[in-house]
Amino acid sequence: MMQTTSPVSIATHYNNKRKMATLAKLQGHLVGLEQEYFGRNWIAEENRMREHCAAVKIQSCFRGFKVRAHIRYLQKMAIIIQKTWRAFQTRMYYRFMVQRAYFIMKMNFYNEMAVRIQKRWRGHYVRKSIHNYYEMKNYFRGLSMKNQIVRKELEEYEQTKKKEREKKAIEKEERRKRYQARKMHYLLSTEQIRGIYNSPYRQYPSETEYRLKHSSPLSRTILHKKDFTEGLVDPSIPGVPCVFPPLLPPIHRKKPQGPFRDTVEVWQQRYKPLEPSVRVATSITSEEEARQEMKREEWRNRIHDIKFLPFSHPTIFKTYEPLLHTSTKYGPIAYGTKHFRATEDTPTVNKPFQSVFTSIYLFEKFQKTYSKAGEVF
Amino acid sequence: MLPKDDTLKKNAVSATGSGSRDVMSQTPSDDLCQAKGPARNLFRFVAVAIAAQRNSQGWRLPWRRESAAVAADGCERLHRPDPHTVTMTQRLALQVFEQYQKARTHFVQTIAELATRPQNIETLQNAGVMSLLRPLLLDVVPSIQQTAALALGRLANYNDDLAEAVVKGDILPQLVYSLAEQNRFYKKAAAFVLRAVAKHSPQLAQAVVDCGALDALVICLEEFDPGVKEAAAWALGYVARHNAELSQAVVDAGAVPLLVLCIQEPEVPLKRIAASALSDIAKQSPELAQTVVDAGSIAHLAQMILNPDAKLKRQVFSALGQISKHSVDLAEMVVEAEIFPSVLTCLKDPDEYVKKNVATLIREIAKHTPELSQLIVNTGGVAAVIDYIGDSKSNVRLPGIMMLGYVAAHSENLAMAVIVSKGVAQLAICLSEEPEDHIKAASAWALGQIGRHTPEHARAVAVANVLPKLLSLYMQTGSSEDLQVKAKKALKNILQKCTYLPALDPLLHEAPPNVLKHVVGQYSKVLPHDTKARRLFVTSGGLKKIQEIKADPGSVLQEYINGINSCYPEEIVRYYSPGYSDALLERVENYQPAL
Repeated sequence: MMQTTSPVSIATHYNNKRKMATLAKLQGHLVGLEQEYFGRNWIAEENRMREHCAAVKIQSCFRGFKVRAHIRYLQKMAIIIQKTWRAFQTRMYYRFMVQRAYFIMKMNFYNEMAVRIQKRWRGHYVRKSIHNYYEMKNYFRGLSMKNQIVRKELEEYEQTKKKEREKKAIEKEERRKRYQARKMHYLLSTEQIRGIYNSPYRQYPSETEYRLKHSSPLSRTILHKKDFTEGLVDPSIPGVPCVFPPLLPPIHRKKPQGPFRDTVEVWQQRYKPLEPSVRVATSITSEEEARQEMKREEWRNRIHDIKFLPFSHPTIFKTYEPLLHTSTKYGPIAYGTKHFRATEDTPTVNKPFQSVFTSIYLFEKFQKTYSKAGEVF
Repeated sequence: MLPKDDTLKKNAVSATGSGSRDVMSQTPSDDLCQAKGPARNLFRFVAVAIAAQRNSQGWRLPWRRESAAVAADGCERLHRPDPHTVTMTQRLALQVFEQYQKARTHFVQTIAELATRPQNIETLQNAGVMSLLRPLLLDVVPSIQQTAALALGRLANYNDDLAEAVVKGDILPQLVYSLAEQNRFYKKAAAFVLRAVAKHSPQLAQAVVDCGALDALVICLEEFDPGVKEAAAWALGYVARHNAELSQAVVDAGAVPLLVLCIQEPEVPLKRIAASALSDIAKQSPELAQTVVDAGSIAHLAQMILNPDAKLKRQVFSALGQISKHSVDLAEMVVEAEIFPSVLTCLKDPDEYVKKNVATLIREIAKHTPELSQLIVNTGGVAAVIDYIGDSKSNVRLPGIMMLGYVAAHSENLAMAVIVSKGVAQLAICLSEEPEDHIKAASAWALGQIGRHTPEHARAVAVANVLPKLLSLYMQTGSSEDLQVKAKKALKNILQKCTYLPALDPLLHEAPPNVLKHVVGQYSKVLPHDTKARRLFVTSGGLKKIQEIKADPGSVLQEYINGINSCYPEEIVRYYSPGYSDALLERVENYQPAL
């Protein structure tokens, strides 16, 4: 027990007493308490398990309800969102598809129209330009006409040329016959002897006979010597191939009596060409001509005509060329030397220059009226 | 009997002595008159004897005024002594010279004349004439030089051995040298020799070029004398004829402008030769032809088209043809010279070669482009050429036929133009009546070109009964390979477009398998659409023939046959199949009549 008497200690004392009392009470309850305690604990424990499970079940059930309700709600919301979004998308896509379909329809239409135009155009173009049937027909018709014309003209041309040729041939024949007749004029028949073209067995003489009658004898000078050298040898030089007329073999007749020369000799004499001597052949002025020729040749070949003078002051020896003015016989004219203007010949009226405006009065007085000191007037 | 020589000489001296100074007054006839009696006769006799002796030596008669110096010396004035003071010995010496000169002249003239005849030339060659002629080219007397050159030219002209001998004998450099120096006659003769040598072969022509002859010849072309120009142009033409290198050498020597100037000269032979030379140059290559054209030759050649001389026209047309054959531009330039339509009149010329060359020219022009062919067609050229083909024979026709082929080959309009101008009939005549294979081949080719374009063209060709002829030419063993190939090609081309069935019938019966394929093909194309044709086909025995053809299954021919068979009902086809009558008879045999 306590020996202090403070309030706190008094209280605690009473508390301690109370507590002792309770304690004794309690310890009296203590013997059966343990069993009751265990029994109550065991029942409570069993109940506790059962209640625990039940509580868990109830809780889980309720939680399930809660969660499902929430999920349902979420799903509904999600559906609504998706619904509206899909509708929106689809409408957009639909608009797009409509546009596309419209565009395709338009293009098909245009294509068809274009095909129609091109069809028409191509047909027209081919028919008109590439293979124009009517034009071709016309062309071929024109071509045949042209061919006909050309054929006709060529035919005419050929005919005229043929006629010309025939005419020429006839003329040539005529000329040849005339020439033959002239050459054989001696075959003309005489009173005594009938010529070979005037046969007694014929009724009338042949055509050649008439020709012979009307032809004049051919003179020897017309005989042409054939040039066997084809123009390649100079015939102007004497002693050059002088072709004798082809000599026939001598006719072995009795040599005529008398002092006749041999026929061969005579022929050689007769047909010998002139072979002049050098003296005869040269012209009388040949020397002069040769000189001139030489001079000409030299002049031709000279590059310039200025003579080379072998001294160094050629100007001394240059001939003086007088002026045209002095050397002419007509003499110089007075104009340009003596006078330049025509005023000398024409009587000059002493007219002063015509003034357009009046002269300045003051200037007229210049040197006339100003001062005495000038002493001009 | 002649008096002795000294008396002769004495008399000769006296004769000439008396006659020397004054011919007219003192002729020997005076002497004769003065001499009397036997002296007169003796004198006369002696004079005649002298004359005879001298004549036998070719001398002049004594009383002709002569001096020893004149003789045959020509223009050369030797310093011969004055004839009055010449002594006897001098005179004799001079006589020897004269004799020699006369001998040389005589020799060279005779050789020149003998060389004109071919039979003498062998003899001359064996006698060694070349070595003898060579020194005579250098003779002092110009006429001997010229005649020797003439003789050499004629010998070299004859054959190429002699020409080679000329080359080997080193004669050409001498000739070339003297071409520049001597007078115009020698130039002509030298140019003649050069041409005779150059004409034989390219090697000889090259030898001529190698000695520098071209420059000398070109200088000769500038001469005034037309004969010299002609000879030079001829030689140049012969050199240029052989191949392109020689032509190039001629052109490089600057000959072409001068030749063009020569063409403008008035002398016709010169024009001919110049035109021929230009033709030879232009034919070798396009560049040379361009050179010829650049010298302005086309205008001058075109002016000479209507010249009356036939040989000139030959050369002119040949030249124009050679120019235009190389390229389109050259052909256009020739056409621009306005030769059409006046050229067509020359197709009626009487000279064959003129016609041939004109046709060649037209062919070369038509060959290049459709526009040129169109131009020719528009001027009526096709009609003219067809008439020309009708008028001429064998080889002369050939260019005309080829021209039609070329024109028709360009386009179908032009082919139709040929048909409209009645060309097909003419070509069919050529095909049948010409004996030579190459002309037939050309006709076949031309017909093929005409008929290959469209069914209209093929019909026009088939109507002229050409197809059986072509087939027979193809099948003949005697035809040349070229002809067979061309006939086959033409036939194939025409058949591929031919829808004119009456013309195909004869072919069906005679053709070999490779041609038959095309024929049957054409039938298979036409028959499905034409009932009348089908009927005709059956009645003419065509269907029967078709059935008899054995074809490999799966081949094109079998397809065609099936196509045709499908046009007809089955009974008909079976009726006409081979062995049907036998099959029917068999059925008759096997039939048991119902009793």
